[in-house]
Amino acid sequence: MSNIPSELKYTESHEWVKDNGDGTVTVGITDHAQDALGDLVFVELPEIGKQVAAKDACAVVESVKAASDIYSPLSGEVVGANDVLDGAPETINDDAYGEGWIFQLKLSDPSQLDDLMDAGGYEQLLADEG
Amino acid sequence: MGSRTPLFSEHERLGARIVPFGGWDMPLHYGSQLDEHHAVRQQAGVFDVSHMRPVDIQGADARAYLQRLLANDVAKLQQPGKALYSCMLNAEGGVIDDLICYDLGSNRYRAVVNAATADKDLAWMRARAEDFRASETEHASPNPSAPALEIHARDDLAMLAVQGPEARAKVAPLLPEALREPALALKPFFAVEHGDWLVGRTGYTGEDGFEIMLPATQVVDLWQALLAAGVAPCGLGARDTLRLEAGMNLYGQDMTEEVGPLESGLEWTVAFEPRERDFIGRSALEAQRASGDLRDFIGLLLTGRGVLRSHQPVLVNGQPVGEVTSGGFSPTLQRSIALARVQAGIGEQCAVEIRGKAVPAQVVKPPFVRHGKARITME
Repeated sequence: MSNIPSELKYTESHEWVKDNGDGTVTVGITDHAQDALGDLVFVELPEIGKQVAAKDACAVVESVKAASDIYSPLSGEVVGANDVLDGAPETINDDAYGEGWIFQLKLSDPSQLDDLMDAGGYEQLLADEG
Repeated sequence: MGSRTPLFSEHERLGARIVPFGGWDMPLHYGSQLDEHHAVRQQAGVFDVSHMRPVDIQGADARAYLQRLLANDVAKLQQPGKALYSCMLNAEGGVIDDLICYDLGSNRYRAVVNAATADKDLAWMRARAEDFRASETEHASPNPSAPALEIHARDDLAMLAVQGPEARAKVAPLLPEALREPALALKPFFAVEHGDWLVGRTGYTGEDGFEIMLPATQVVDLWQALLAAGVAPCGLGARDTLRLEAGMNLYGQDMTEEVGPLESGLEWTVAFEPRERDFIGRSALEAQRASGDLRDFIGLLLTGRGVLRSHQPVLVNGQPVGEVTSGGFSPTLQRSIALARVQAGIGEQCAVEIRGKAVPAQVVKPPFVRHGKARITME
């Protein structure tokens, strides 16, 4: 059973979103996603200052198996990227919701947060994907 | 659902991630592919390779048949137990499969072929056996007492590969008594047989170790004993990164029915001498050699950031010169490495196109890693 923290929001493409309460969010991939990908060996982070729209591919994680795009859950400007992942991509496997965060966004439209799933919705999505 | 080896429920019990592979449901990893990789480089790991197919070839004509069937020459097998790596080619010089062939003595040989190609291989081997028998009856007197050439798929056997610096010492006490000392005395690329057990000092990882064929009914016991002895269960994922580091080809990626041994780094496995040995594919390979425009098969070390993957274009001065055939992340080197097929003579530096960007790479000579140590120089 996957770990799905109740305080986070989720996307259908298995990103999690933490509302930092100051107009910014922190984004990572879920425990389910890291488990499905396997050991991560490379992360391509987005550039700070980059403007992204919701559902744009904006980072890449590569596991021993394959490369996977990470999609921006919301629209805004990239204001943070987790440099730790450059040297230690496995941090995502070890702590997907904490030290393994990937990037931070300053939201252009904070109301978009309401479009995301809550933990219950994401749990249902995983059950449906079976 | 694919076919299942006798160890399938063991894999499930260990929480393996099961994936389809060549018609089989096989373990990809048991939690961490990287940990499994390092276990083999540093201690010992065991792979269920029961999906691979042992095929026995026996009879008075077995040797002559194999000399026709295989690009390498079984006449090199001068003593029982010796193993030979070879390609099995089609008439056009493409690779039908690669295999290991053991000389078991007394006109008996055993080939071990890949899982995904096993049915195709057997059909080819049987058809070529028919051709061979037809040509032999023209000039040889038939021996009514024993068939001169028999081909048996050994579906009754299972197979484990136990690999790593501690592998032989961990395996030996678990073998049938009669095999313990002979197995430990084996030189690399030799095997010893006892009943339906065959233990070979061979593998696909670049480490020391054994490959063991045994009755399928006994494999669960051996598997459990190996795990109890501290040998790590390892899946197909680690098997692939280990063989890539060892610079060993994977059939279907590095060589295919379209691309033969001379452009796959396997020229050393083609026995052109003696010249009168007319193996299948010989004339096609000789024509390729004579044409002189063969591509090189090289190793790549990515010096920029990213991960090399098969089919990425290799670039020199921005122009495509070939492509990656097998690529990945090397857990031992902590860098990305690849095998690639390119135009001849591209020099030492190139780039690989990864997601639209040209990332610098260095041309190196495989293997990348052997016996736990880096075999290439990194800047």
